[in-house]
Amino acid sequence: MPGAISQWFSAGDYLLALPMILLSIFALGILLIDLMLPPEWKSINAWTAGIGLAFSTAAVIRIHLAYARAGQGVLSYTGFMGSMMVDRFAIYFFYLFLVGAGIAILMSAHYLEIERENHGEFYALILFSVVGMMCMAAGFDIVLIFIGLELMAISTYVLVGFLRSDRRSNEAALKYLLLGAFSSGIFAYGLSLLYGLTGSTNLQLIGEHLATHMRENPHDPIAILALVTTSTGLFFKIAAIPFHQWAPDAYEGAPTSITGFMSVAVKAAGWAMLLRIFLSGLYPMRPIYVPLLVFVAIATMTGANLAALTQNNLKRLLAYSSIAHVGYMLLGLIAGSSTTPSATGIQGILVYLLVYTFMNLGAFAVITSLRRRDVIGDEIDDIAGLITRAPAEAVLMLIFLLSLAGIPPLAGFYGKYFIFLSLIETGHYQLAAVAVLYAVFGLYYYMRIANAMFMRKAVDTRPVTLSPAMATALAITGIATVGIGIFPDLFIRAAGWSLSIAQPLQLTSLFH
Amino acid sequence: MVPLHYYLLLSAILFACGVTGFLIKRNIITIFMSIELMLNAVNLSFVAFAARWHVLSGQVFVFFVMVVAAAETAVGLAIIIAVYRTRETLNVDQVNLLKL
Repeated sequence: MPGAISQWFSAGDYLLALPMILLSIFALGILLIDLMLPPEWKSINAWTAGIGLAFSTAAVIRIHLAYARAGQGVLSYTGFMGSMMVDRFAIYFFYLFLVGAGIAILMSAHYLEIERENHGEFYALILFSVVGMMCMAAGFDIVLIFIGLELMAISTYVLVGFLRSDRRSNEAALKYLLLGAFSSGIFAYGLSLLYGLTGSTNLQLIGEHLATHMRENPHDPIAILALVTTSTGLFFKIAAIPFHQWAPDAYEGAPTSITGFMSVAVKAAGWAMLLRIFLSGLYPMRPIYVPLLVFVAIATMTGANLAALTQNNLKRLLAYSSIAHVGYMLLGLIAGSSTTPSATGIQGILVYLLVYTFMNLGAFAVITSLRRRDVIGDEIDDIAGLITRAPAEAVLMLIFLLSLAGIPPLAGFYGKYFIFLSLIETGHYQLAAVAVLYAVFGLYYYMRIANAMFMRKAVDTRPVTLSPAMATALAITGIATVGIGIFPDLFIRAAGWSLSIAQPLQLTSLFH
Repeated sequence: MVPLHYYLLLSAILFACGVTGFLIKRNIITIFMSIELMLNAVNLSFVAFAARWHVLSGQVFVFFVMVVAAAETAVGLAIIIAVYRTRETLNVDQVNLLKL
């Protein structure tokens, strides 16, 4: 029946999906245009991708304005029979993904020419993975979330292995693919059990049915198995210890700009999915998953901070540092799901993801700019004496590192501040003390890089040249890192705004 | 009619076989097949539950899982070929340039 479809899906549904539709169109366009481009015109692909991101941003802003006009009256816009929920939370993440992808594209343009792998597919895959991320953030149905997850993951596997003739890149892609597919399998098994327990694929309905189920049968082994498998899949995706083994390898072997992209956008998407599932679908199982989270958070902070101390490869060091940051963010989720739930914890995670996007991409941009035809530039020796070779970059890198360590008044401080505040609000004093202790560890390995940059003699004394795109990326990330630190109000309010509806809807409706 | 828990038991056994294969096998292709086995266990459990609840969404999920498995295989085999070209081996223990 051709008429039937129009009764199910209204034009409004497609408006909600417009950011993703536009990105898909541009990604397909890049694939087609790339075939016709002579080698010296390949930079057009980056421009096309940038324009695609701009159009998509415009579509997101349009939904954003609809919320602004509607005021507090509108709870959230759902589409496609409740499977997609573009609420304020999703919009916040859409902006994060778009910014992350935009900066990654700026970092890639010149880098790919050096690697002699300047193909249009690279940009198309970045756009496709952003589409997947958006489905993960806006998905309110496990089918859409799973599809989004896989679209993102499969695109990223290819991006990690993009340097086909580089043995490290191949190996990283293989490890990432095997462990990623394995974790997706476990995650899907957990989803199937959740579906079996509740008879629905909608997260809201899963949450409601699971609440009844847990009241009748609080220690049902199937429910616990569903929780454990689902959360294992989620922990794999955000690279929390003990499911982190893929991260250092994938981060080290991937093209540097993709490492940056993975550590911010892919991670943010994993977090969007994790928060959605834990705070709506699995929320009735709170008493069981909080101890699990405490264990994973402490293991993550301990393992990652200790492992980072001895790393000599910058990308690997930053990979462990990014795992450690996941540990801090998990603490926010613990505060957000304790007996007196604290919105500060979840807000802290959102602020953290925002500031992390800028400071981590900035650090990776500096490492990317060290790449030359004959120098890989990702060892700690390569950054030695950077102050004499490129003073501006050395200072910027110092800012990013201090921000990653959480030194005020830089942006990174506010991420940690809200997490620790929420822990104290909910009475988790021991966790807060442990987290602060590990933050000090973090300072040591970040300062090791700073020490190499400022105190040691340069091994390679040639000055570092910056392409205009890379200079733009560094400027954006640098200004944002300092700017958020000095004027944090706006960004903290943005994070609060994104939770303004999700909070009562998800945290209290399931609360009886 | 076969009771539901027979299907679930079979699905759990298949899944466990897949996980075990993933953990102990050393050939990349075999590891890949183990992952497919895991995904098929997921499919079986979805179909069984869909029959139990009389809701089609579980069966729809199976189609998507199959699509995902196909896409993953396509990308996976391409990556495996790239690895083989640079190393001439399909043993994961010899793909060890990046230290843990």
